[in-house]
Amino acid sequence: MRARLIAMAAALGLTFAGAGLAGVAHAAGDAAELPDHDWKHTGVFGTFDRSELQRGFQVFQEVCASCHSLEFIAFRNLAEIGFSEDQIKAFAAEYEVEDGPDNEGEMFMRAARPSDYFPSPFANPQAARASNGGALPPDLSLIVKARDGGIDYLYGILTGYEEEPPEGVELAEGMSYNHYFPGHQIAMPEPLYEEAVEYGDGTEPTLEQLSHDVSVFLAWTAEPEMEIRKKTGLKVLIFIAIFTALIYIIKRRIWARLH
Amino acid sequence: MTTPLHRYRIVQWIDYRLPIFSWSNEHLVVYPAPRNLNYWWNFGSLAGIMLVIQIVTGVVLAMHFTPHVDYAFSSTEHIMRDVEWGWLMRYLHANGASMFFVVVYIHIFRGFYYGSYKSPREILWWMGVLILFLMMGASFTGYVLPWGQMSFWAATVITNLVSAIPWIGETLVTWLWGGFSVDNPTLNRFYSLHYLLPFLLVGVVFVHLWALHHRKSNNPLGIDIKSPKDTIPFSPYYTVKDMVGLGVMLFVLGIFVFYLPNFLGESINYIKADPLVTPPHIVPEWYFLPYYAILRAVPDKLGGVIAMVASIAILFVLPWLDTCKVRSARFRPIYKQFFWIFLADCVVLGWVGANPPEGSFILIGRICTVYYFAHFLIILPLLGKFERTKPLPESIHQAVLAKKGGATSEPPAETSAAGNP
Repeated sequence: MRARLIAMAAALGLTFAGAGLAGVAHAAGDAAELPDHDWKHTGVFGTFDRSELQRGFQVFQEVCASCHSLEFIAFRNLAEIGFSEDQIKAFAAEYEVEDGPDNEGEMFMRAARPSDYFPSPFANPQAARASNGGALPPDLSLIVKARDGGIDYLYGILTGYEEEPPEGVELAEGMSYNHYFPGHQIAMPEPLYEEAVEYGDGTEPTLEQLSHDVSVFLAWTAEPEMEIRKKTGLKVLIFIAIFTALIYIIKRRIWARLH
Repeated sequence: MTTPLHRYRIVQWIDYRLPIFSWSNEHLVVYPAPRNLNYWWNFGSLAGIMLVIQIVTGVVLAMHFTPHVDYAFSSTEHIMRDVEWGWLMRYLHANGASMFFVVVYIHIFRGFYYGSYKSPREILWWMGVLILFLMMGASFTGYVLPWGQMSFWAATVITNLVSAIPWIGETLVTWLWGGFSVDNPTLNRFYSLHYLLPFLLVGVVFVHLWALHHRKSNNPLGIDIKSPKDTIPFSPYYTVKDMVGLGVMLFVLGIFVFYLPNFLGESINYIKADPLVTPPHIVPEWYFLPYYAILRAVPDKLGGVIAMVASIAILFVLPWLDTCKVRSARFRPIYKQFFWIFLADCVVLGWVGANPPEGSFILIGRICTVYYFAHFLIILPLLGKFERTKPLPESIHQAVLAKKGGATSEPPAETSAAGNP
């Protein structure tokens, strides 16, 4: 019994030691401690709040989308966050995409359809840099997974702008001071401020609320499978636990035959 | 060799022409295994199951993946978003690689502890080392495929190591890349190799098992099987015992796949590869960290590469470096201490490998690297000479019965059910 326990503990230990090493590797970056913000969707049973997601989409569309692309999200995907087919068609129709060639061999512009992906605000990275003081606004589809600290980091960036840099810090031209950005000098000007967006559902558009909502929306664009993943996981783990317990009982019975 | 199935005519007909039923019976059912194997002996079959999981999920992923620098990253996201259960396949495959290494490392350290590499199992052990090399090749080429920032830069750093080889190094790297930098041809050949290596692995696993079944399993006492009383049939005893371990392993794997799917990964691998932007810290996957620490411990590039390769290649000669005739650490009081020190040394190397090579990490890395080799080249040969081993039991079954509460009395069902010596 003891040997068995040690074996299992060690197996788990080694797994988590590996995990810990990976964690150490993550911690190697020297950034400010991230804000401790409450999210409804984190945790084992957490799910996305549809009204947060829809407000976050509004923030993305009205603010972020003027510089940032969202290349892995199609308009049709918005059905997953609770928008109706008509709403989605209306969102898509606000954008123009290139199509073709037509029967004359010409490319043409048409209104976007639900099956189209979010068009990038810039034709190419060079154009994006040229319009943004040399900095390239990253695609936001995966941003929550692509940064150490994930959604907390994103929320930190959005809320971490300071009007005046601390004394002795000289900002380069066109840069802003951000408490959470590594090195603190960030090329993106402060994107959100109180009442940057007017919410349709009467939610107060404070800086914190706007940042929260758009962060949740981008958590969804990064992991649209999150809810089904956790739900499936719960079933799978319960099944495995019961299966293993039964097998263990059978194992003891079978081994009891030995003398 | 007949099985219960042999009463069916169809089974007899097939078996007479191709003895798959007799063969399965011989190797999976009546195969005599030492009766005292503990749960550490689960990890061999668990490794086999992990290999199967990796191949099955990998074949599915390959159906939807596009190995091209412009599409690798987006086709990976296509798998995550548009393929039915694609996220499950990919997360199983990515975390499965880590699970595979966890299981194999435990399997190897089981071998260290109980002296499983000693005569007559040297070739069995060689096949195991070969499997480790192939696994490393498979996981490295696989890590490059999603073409994220870490994929690209890990590929650049690791393939560049080849350039340390004198005279032909640079030419060799160009040949390896299929060009003058890591680019589309590199991605293409890595994809090809990543699909090939697991099947080579399967081949070596068969030889590994062939040698195993020829000389039979080692056991916690490290003494030979002397009579049929020392063994029990593989089925049902070890099939059911292995299934307990399988359940635990799948549970741990499930926790990572469903709740911490990116915990072991690097966040910057969700940024598409950009040859113009070098990430501040380039680190390999956790299972390569100890070797990475050894590589960086040597101040010379070629020396580092040699040390890194030697750190695994030295396992090939381990059966002759450890000159002690007693296999199990249970009867080697001093070796037992050094086993744990060695394990700690490897963990510290991993920790050093995860950190940037600066400050005290350099010194710690060097000390641990020297100790790593000293363990094999100095400590083990000396222990063989000077260690006083404890007396070995007469036989496996006597030791098992003595352990069960006095050789004379019949053991109560409860304790015998635990099945562990």
